[in-house]
Amino acid sequence: MQLAVNILVLTAIYALIACGYVLIYRVSRVLNLAHGELMMLSAYLLLWTASLFAGHPLTAIAAALALSALVGGMVYLFLLRKLTGEMALAAVLTTVALGVLLRGATVLVWSAQQQYPAQPLGASNSALALPGGARISVWAALLVATTLAVYAALFAFLHWGRWGMRMRAAGQNPLLAAQRGINLHAIYALAWSLSTLTGALAGILIALDSGLGQTMAIIGLKAFPAALVGGLDSLAGALLGALIVASAEVMLIHFVDPLLSEVVPFLVLIVVLMNRPWGLFGTREELDRV
Amino acid sequence: MSRRPHASGYFRTDYGEDLALLPTRLERWALVGLLVALLGLPLVASPFLIDLGAQVFLAVIGALALMLLTGYAGQVSLGHAGLLAAGAFTVGILFKEFKAPFFVTLPAAAAVGALLGVVFGLPSLRVRGLYLAVSTLALNFLVAYLGGEYETRRGFSTGIVVDPPSLAGVSLSNPKAWYVVLLAAAAGTLLLCANLLRARSGRAWAAIRANETVAETLGIGVASYKLLAFVWSSALTAVAGALFAYWRGFVSVEAFSLFLSIQYVAMIIIGGMGSLAGAILGALFVTLFPYAIEAALGTFARGTAYAGVLFAVNAAAFGAVMIAFLLLEPQGLIGLWRRLATYFLLWPFRHRPAGGGRR
Repeated sequence: MQLAVNILVLTAIYALIACGYVLIYRVSRVLNLAHGELMMLSAYLLLWTASLFAGHPLTAIAAALALSALVGGMVYLFLLRKLTGEMALAAVLTTVALGVLLRGATVLVWSAQQQYPAQPLGASNSALALPGGARISVWAALLVATTLAVYAALFAFLHWGRWGMRMRAAGQNPLLAAQRGINLHAIYALAWSLSTLTGALAGILIALDSGLGQTMAIIGLKAFPAALVGGLDSLAGALLGALIVASAEVMLIHFVDPLLSEVVPFLVLIVVLMNRPWGLFGTREELDRV
Repeated sequence: MSRRPHASGYFRTDYGEDLALLPTRLERWALVGLLVALLGLPLVASPFLIDLGAQVFLAVIGALALMLLTGYAGQVSLGHAGLLAAGAFTVGILFKEFKAPFFVTLPAAAAVGALLGVVFGLPSLRVRGLYLAVSTLALNFLVAYLGGEYETRRGFSTGIVVDPPSLAGVSLSNPKAWYVVLLAAAAGTLLLCANLLRARSGRAWAAIRANETVAETLGIGVASYKLLAFVWSSALTAVAGALFAYWRGFVSVEAFSLFLSIQYVAMIIIGGMGSLAGAILGALFVTLFPYAIEAALGTFARGTAYAGVLFAVNAAAFGAVMIAFLLLEPQGLIGLWRRLATYFLLWPFRHRPAGGGRR
């Protein structure tokens, strides 16, 4: 039973992070390998806003989320926009470089020590007992709920929202979308904002649950296989991919070897890339396939 | 290989002259001068400089190998650290388990590298671009995991100590001797890469990079040449890893993080894609960069405790420089150099003659 809860929580974590990869890839065909670092930055921003708005935890969290969305938009406007029309790979390498930069910068500003933003917020982390003898921490439960809410909101936004429809159009055919009068740069910046916002939610909740350190960027990278397994341009795929990767990871750690934790997602990734590179729900034509 | 024209014109009359590595007398003398300078350096330089030189030569081998794969054959790899680790661990394991000597472990490392090259290359037959980058990234983690697993299982959790190898009865423990050995290895790698590139394989890789469909139509076996690029690149990288293991005298999985892969990619970007000289410049730049940062910090922040944040400053500055090159000078250092050379070549004019200028 505890195993099932562990899988559920890890699935929620991976799914919440993976939808950030999917959003950006689906709209602009750019793979953002700095997603983990951006997520870590958001959690550190919470640390800052928590000291700024001491005693108002909700204000602090809202401020951190808003700042993160702003950062995401800025990353597009100041970095990725300059690479329009260049090789897709240049954009990916730029995000890699951004990741390195952010890792260094966060250590410089906030030091490399493990920190606990839950303390300045005055939030406690008690465990809830579930039927069947399993336990789940409050923050983890909130994380699962947040993931569900975020996915529901994203589905609704992309299917019925005016801007969501524009985003899908831009993703399907940028040229036609631009001809139709859609401002591509605004759409891409919005996608980056939203992606960083969902990443920030994940980063903040993980930091509140289990503390904040440089390892968070690695969690972000480990969620990437979840996005790819489901298909890089499919939100539903990301959810299922997260479930597959999380189950494989928890099971293998529990029954085989705890050291495997670092590699399981990437093993799954290799298997999928060899057999079905476009993922479970991805669009087959979209893949730059040989 | 594309060649820039020389100031006085284009005088080649047969293919042999076109293929020559050093077509002019000036270039040959410049090479001799450079070699003399590099060989003479250990006689006068401080131990620190000699150590730095050895690091640069090691990086040059790895960067040349990656340039072969990414810059010429157009196959992206984010798994370079995994290959270096494979070479280093081959040496470590063979040394620890079998007491194998130098002349056994190095070819073994090359063989392991070549084998891994096939493994790394197999995804490239199915996927391209981003997906290939991601699959090599995944393999990087896999190799690092296997190395770590070996360390813990055999009780070398802090790392494997490797004794210095002996070459012709002389133990290689002297930094100066290492400098010469690594210089020779780097020069040999450069020569090998240059020869691979001016032969059939080089032309096939250029065609594949430009357009796979066209390459296939021209009768080039795209799959086999792609694998060949992976095999050469990985074997060379594994040898670099093996040399690194002997030079350091120590193998540990911590040395081969994702950051190392990123550094190698940065070398070929900063140096300039599609140029062997670029790979060398990039290796020089990336290897010396942390020391330059440290020196700068020492000058500007004298007396303050900067040692603790050195790594962070380094990473931040490194990321910033990499972004700057990607955004502002995608051709890298070699692009800067070419632009400068063209400027002086055309001076006092600013542009090539319309219509007739030979590139």
